[in-house]
Amino acid sequence: MTLQAGERPPQPAPSTRTPLMKLVAATKHFPITRGVILQKRVGTVHAVDSVDLEVYPGETVGLVGETGSGKSTTARLITKLLDVTEGQVIFDGQDITHLSRRKMRPLRRDIQMIFQDPYASLNPRKTVGSIIGEPMRIHKTVPRDGIKKEVQQLMERVGLNPEHYNRYPHEFSGGQRQRVGVARALALRPRLIVADEPVSALDVSVQAQVLNLLEDLQEEFNLTYVFIAHDLSVVKHMSDRVAVMYLGQIVETAPSETLYKDPKHPYTGALLSAVPLPDPRLVLQRRRIILEGDVPSPIDPPSGCRFHPRCPRTIEVAEREGLGRVHPRCRDEEPELRPFLPGQVAACHFPLEERVIPAADGS
Amino acid sequence: MSEPLLEVRDLTVHFPTQDGLVKAVDGVSFTVGRRETLGVVGESGSGKSVTFLTVMGLITRKHARISGEIIFQGEDLLKLGDDGLRAIRGAKIAMIFQDPLTALNPVHKVGKQITEALHAHREVSQDDAWAVAVDLLRRVGIPRPEERAHQYPHEFSGGMRQRAMIAMALVLRPDILIADEPTTALDVTVQAQILELIDGLKEEFETAVVMVTHDLGVVAEYADEVQVMYAGKIVESGTLQHIYYGSLHPYTWGLMQSISRLDEDVDRLRPIKGSPPSLIDVPSGCAFYPRCPYRFEPCDKEIPRLVEEEMGHLDACYLPLEEKKRVFASEVATKA
Repeated sequence: MTLQAGERPPQPAPSTRTPLMKLVAATKHFPITRGVILQKRVGTVHAVDSVDLEVYPGETVGLVGETGSGKSTTARLITKLLDVTEGQVIFDGQDITHLSRRKMRPLRRDIQMIFQDPYASLNPRKTVGSIIGEPMRIHKTVPRDGIKKEVQQLMERVGLNPEHYNRYPHEFSGGQRQRVGVARALALRPRLIVADEPVSALDVSVQAQVLNLLEDLQEEFNLTYVFIAHDLSVVKHMSDRVAVMYLGQIVETAPSETLYKDPKHPYTGALLSAVPLPDPRLVLQRRRIILEGDVPSPIDPPSGCRFHPRCPRTIEVAEREGLGRVHPRCRDEEPELRPFLPGQVAACHFPLEERVIPAADGS
Repeated sequence: MSEPLLEVRDLTVHFPTQDGLVKAVDGVSFTVGRRETLGVVGESGSGKSVTFLTVMGLITRKHARISGEIIFQGEDLLKLGDDGLRAIRGAKIAMIFQDPLTALNPVHKVGKQITEALHAHREVSQDDAWAVAVDLLRRVGIPRPEERAHQYPHEFSGGMRQRAMIAMALVLRPDILIADEPTTALDVTVQAQILELIDGLKEEFETAVVMVTHDLGVVAEYADEVQVMYAGKIVESGTLQHIYYGSLHPYTWGLMQSISRLDEDVDRLRPIKGSPPSLIDVPSGCAFYPRCPYRFEPCDKEIPRLVEEEMGHLDACYLPLEEKKRVFASEVATKA
């Protein structure tokens, strides 16, 4: 097989490599308290529950899920902006779960983040030059008199005019501001970048510019990405592997292609089928799975499979077997992630059997 | 097509500001047919929302310099006084917005907000109005509507609030429902629920729908006719077939090539370079020419007119038709 321009070379099987970043049964619970002085714990938000995730060097792992699925909390656990309640965070073979702030500091260089809102994540009182150069000053990676030159080179690399070094964020458009955010994330030459909805605030034509830039930089700087978005088309385009989250848990992980062609978890299927397709003929062929209701509260997640109250598949199977509207296994027994196609795992008692998105060529 | 329900002719909406005149809408003409769904596509600053806020009478001559005509049921809405407008706004033309939390009043019960329009336009008793509100909440898919009508907007989830807003918009059975990015703030599964709901209610209430969106996917799923807007002007309009399988304008091509798609694998997206122009300082000639890879001699001199290139398919671009067809077939159309 010859490689086409822009195509990534085939990666060795994940099991033969060491992950750059690893979450082991990572759990984040937030207490809900009542009272001002004597704070009494009255409940727990199960934001992330026992998530295992491995990210290998050079790859892009996509995290998708709806509001409340725990994807942003997971991003903050990876970047250590939040500490896990239970479980481990491992970076480059080192357990960083309980590192002190001081010991964590050198590692912060290696792990950077790009945020969703380029209006809120840039300090309006600082010039973009000092925003991009700040990490270099704090970590002293570049001598003071060399910072400006370094920053200007970075600005040029991300498609900003280096002469705009002294301008303020409000003088830039949304797309340009996101380029500033990208330059800041690159300033310390990190190895892992966690991008949390990096293009959702941008116009369509500008989104594509930033996505292409992120792809180019990955190759040039040998970066590993964790890419979080609610837009499944964007995640598919960017990622080698995708993990689907629902109510704080990963319900399916698979290579991008496999996930979109052959989803096993009914929630993945429903998500895929809900994406509007920009092709009127395909729309007619697509079988749409409309989910009932909203994502339940993470304060008191449903028993068994957390997806069972909204799952169309459990109804199908239960009715076929004459067991009512919910299959008892789904209600009582929590499904474990188990393997399907190569690289694919899903947590479902009754996985999907057919594809959801019709193939463009009609096959 | 039958006689249009709404006809907009040469609508211009300019806002005077300290920095200069913002030409938000600049000479826009189109029609909306009975029971039709019109998809209006454009990026921020394209003028798509301002156009329909003006149709709705929410932007008036108090706010902007407006010229042109908005003909609805034989009357020019721009010539109506406040009273005349009030009889139409909300009753015959209704609108739902992107963010239902800001569009709903936080201190009134949801049920009361629905009945408000009824009381304003019709002589109805409190009890009858309340019954109508509960019935509507049921029809937009809100479980336990009797209880829900007594709740406040903050007690509703995002999807439920959007449903409540739709109920409110439909209470007087309008002829046109304008939906301005109705699902942009919602999750994809909830988006699918709301869009299916609007599509179903359209049949039930025999309403025409204007779907204002930046999402070419939403348009492909629900619209009959499409218009693409850029920098205050319509640059292309036609049927779904025209736009998705034979579009003629370089901006529409750019939009299609910029989006990532679930149904295809593209190694590299092809973004439109640059960003949309400032509406104070719109380029002379075609507003898109600075970003257009196909620009040539006349593009920066004179504004191209929107002309009918094929039956029902209009576009505003100087490229010869044959050339546009060739480019679409060889570079934009991705399927055999």
